[in-house]
Amino acid sequence: MAQNGNKQVFSPWTDPSAKPLIQFKNVTKKFGEFVAIDDLSIDIFEREFFALLGPSGCGKTTLMRMLAGFETPTTGTILLSGQDISPIPPNKRAVNMMFQSYALFPHLSIWDNIAFGLRREGGSKDAIAARVEDMLRLTRLTKFARRKPHQISGGQRQRVALARSLAKAPKLLLLDEPLGALDKKLRQDTQFELMDIQEKTGTTFVIVTHDQEEAMTVASRVAVMDEGRMIQVDTPDRIYEAPNSVYVADFIGEVNIIQGSASQSGDTVDITFAEGQPTIRGTTDKKFANGEKIAFAIRPEKVSISAEKPDDMENALQGKILDIAYLGNISTYHVELPNGQIIKSQIANTRRISRRIFTWEDTVWVSFTDTAGILLKV
Amino acid sequence: MKRFTLIFIPYIWLAALFLVPFLIVVKISLSDTALAIPPYKPALDLAQGWAGLMAFLGDLDFENFTFLAEDDLYWKAYLSSLKIATISTILTLLIGYPIAYSMTRAAEEWRPTLLMLIILPFWTSFLIRVYSWMGILGQEGLLNQLLLWLHVISEPLKIMNTPTAVYIGIVYTYLPFLVLPIYAALDKLDDNLLEAAEDLGCSRFKAFWLVTIPLSMNGIVAGCFLVFIPALGEFVIPSLLGGSQTLMIGKVLWEEFFSNRDWPVASAVAVILLLILIIPIILFQRNQQKQRESEG
Ligand SMILES: Nc1ncnc2c1ncn2[C@@H]1O[C@H](COP(=O)(O)OP(=O)(O)OP(=O)(O)O)[C@@H](O)[C@H]1O
Ligand SMILES: [Mg+2]
Repeated sequence: MAQNGNKQVFSPWTDPSAKPLIQFKNVTKKFGEFVAIDDLSIDIFEREFFALLGPSGCGKTTLMRMLAGFETPTTGTILLSGQDISPIPPNKRAVNMMFQSYALFPHLSIWDNIAFGLRREGGSKDAIAARVEDMLRLTRLTKFARRKPHQISGGQRQRVALARSLAKAPKLLLLDEPLGALDKKLRQDTQFELMDIQEKTGTTFVIVTHDQEEAMTVASRVAVMDEGRMIQVDTPDRIYEAPNSVYVADFIGEVNIIQGSASQSGDTVDITFAEGQPTIRGTTDKKFANGEKIAFAIRPEKVSISAEKPDDMENALQGKILDIAYLGNISTYHVELPNGQIIKSQIANTRRISRRIFTWEDTVWVSFTDTAGILLKV
Repeated sequence: MKRFTLIFIPYIWLAALFLVPFLIVVKISLSDTALAIPPYKPALDLAQGWAGLMAFLGDLDFENFTFLAEDDLYWKAYLSSLKIATISTILTLLIGYPIAYSMTRAAEEWRPTLLMLIILPFWTSFLIRVYSWMGILGQEGLLNQLLLWLHVISEPLKIMNTPTAVYIGIVYTYLPFLVLPIYAALDKLDDNLLEAAEDLGCSRFKAFWLVTIPLSMNGIVAGCFLVFIPALGEFVIPSLLGGSQTLMIGKVLWEEFFSNRDWPVASAVAVILLLILIIPIILFQRNQQKQRESEG
């Protein structure tokens, strides 16, 4: 959602004539017998802010390392601006990488770490100094310029690594969990800085993150990976609102998954999920066979909770409040249906906690419209 | 209290094994030779109390040091030792660094074996190993026979009893002392650092020069001192391999002590040798300390 508002919508991936900056073509990477990247194809476009999301060990770093030139695909090709990059060594690629482990040079000061790449380009001393100072200011490290990496905190080290990879203003910047060690405030500031840098320099970013909110904030597109494959590549809102599988729905944000059997008529589907429970009605543009096992996924914030059965909602189920998780601005209510299914509902805390209407053991109605959820094959 | 003992144990150790013997050597170096057992005087007679001690101190003088300064044999021996130790340290480094480096590049499962091979020579007596070099380097030695047989040379090379033989001996003997600390330093090196250097525009070679070398510098310095310090006072290798041509202070010291039975002069030689060594030893300690700090 980085590119909205009054600017023209940025979506080169929908434009068939747009030339991708990076193309993975059926890339497989094996370590011995282990398949780390499995027949992966993806196009990444210039000026994109491409976020990789996925569980630990799914191959995010491996993907980055192939782009930077430290691993070669076992099969398949990677193109950068239409050129096969496999014969180009890392130091000749217009790509910089921020390492997950930071990889700061322990024998060099922060200043010299940041200047390292610039010196290799052979610019003038003054130009290098000016650039380093800029980077220090950007990452708020000016005070620490003379220190060695072991004399600063983990978060500061992370910022040095970021500054060092940004310094050369590469065409493609690979950030492997760049902000994980920062506190929330600094992380948000840095996210906006990154977006700002990207806006100014037109650099293409590929960023690995474990923080979904971060991916949602900064990314033009998000790729959800699992076991070396891309499960879904889409804009953040599509990933969130229209996940293509239970895996993606479950991986991104919180979700209620209700499994049942389908009976479709037109674009409405009724799902029978438990004895003695009303069916759930949803809408879809997909086709399901009658009696097919399907999953109904609905985000907790789209489920409302009330004491009386609402009459304006297509779906209403009665249950008992099992638990309330207070998160400050919102609360998550865990409502147990008679069949044991738990439905989570998120409500904004517009009142003080002491004036909350519902409490533990209350019998309530959870309700949602027929368009609020999404139907997925299992 | 615990802290106190912890600090003092090494000092007691140092005092017992270094300081006390050193003071005895200093005392002997200030004495005069005598036909006696031990072969020097004055002897400290504590039975006479204070007066005895004063008489003893009055008899000590710097005569032996003046003698050393005046006879240029000693100066030449010191200088020649410094030269031989320096050159052999450099040679050992040139051979040892690539060995240590290739050991860290070897497959993980091979490293313990390679390390073992480096340490293996220590299982045989040092003297036997030096003697076997005599068999290799001699006029009729294995090396000459091999080269003659390969027609690389037409006449046997004269290596034995030359400085070359001494260099070979020292490099061979002290190589493990240099390889091990460098290996330890290189082993700790994070491969990501080299990748980061390449990523930032370095060629492989440049990355080696800008990252690997500086980050193994502590190992290099430690290894070099571990070669240089004992090589400076070395006497077995020059006596067995160097013949009369090579002048080394260790050999001079040995001869003063055992052939001339001039303990006071031998002690004076040893005291000066130690003073020469103190500079590199202090530098070595400083390097170790710096290393500990940068790891802290
Ligand atoms: N050099 C290697 N040799 C063998 N296996 C490797 C190697 N590098 C990575 N792997 C394996 O490949 C898989 C993917 O690793 P990768 O580092 O890409 O994961 P990741 O998605 O970055 O995980 P994380 O989020 O924990 O950083 C892992 O199972 C890992 O064990
Ligand atoms: Mg990773």
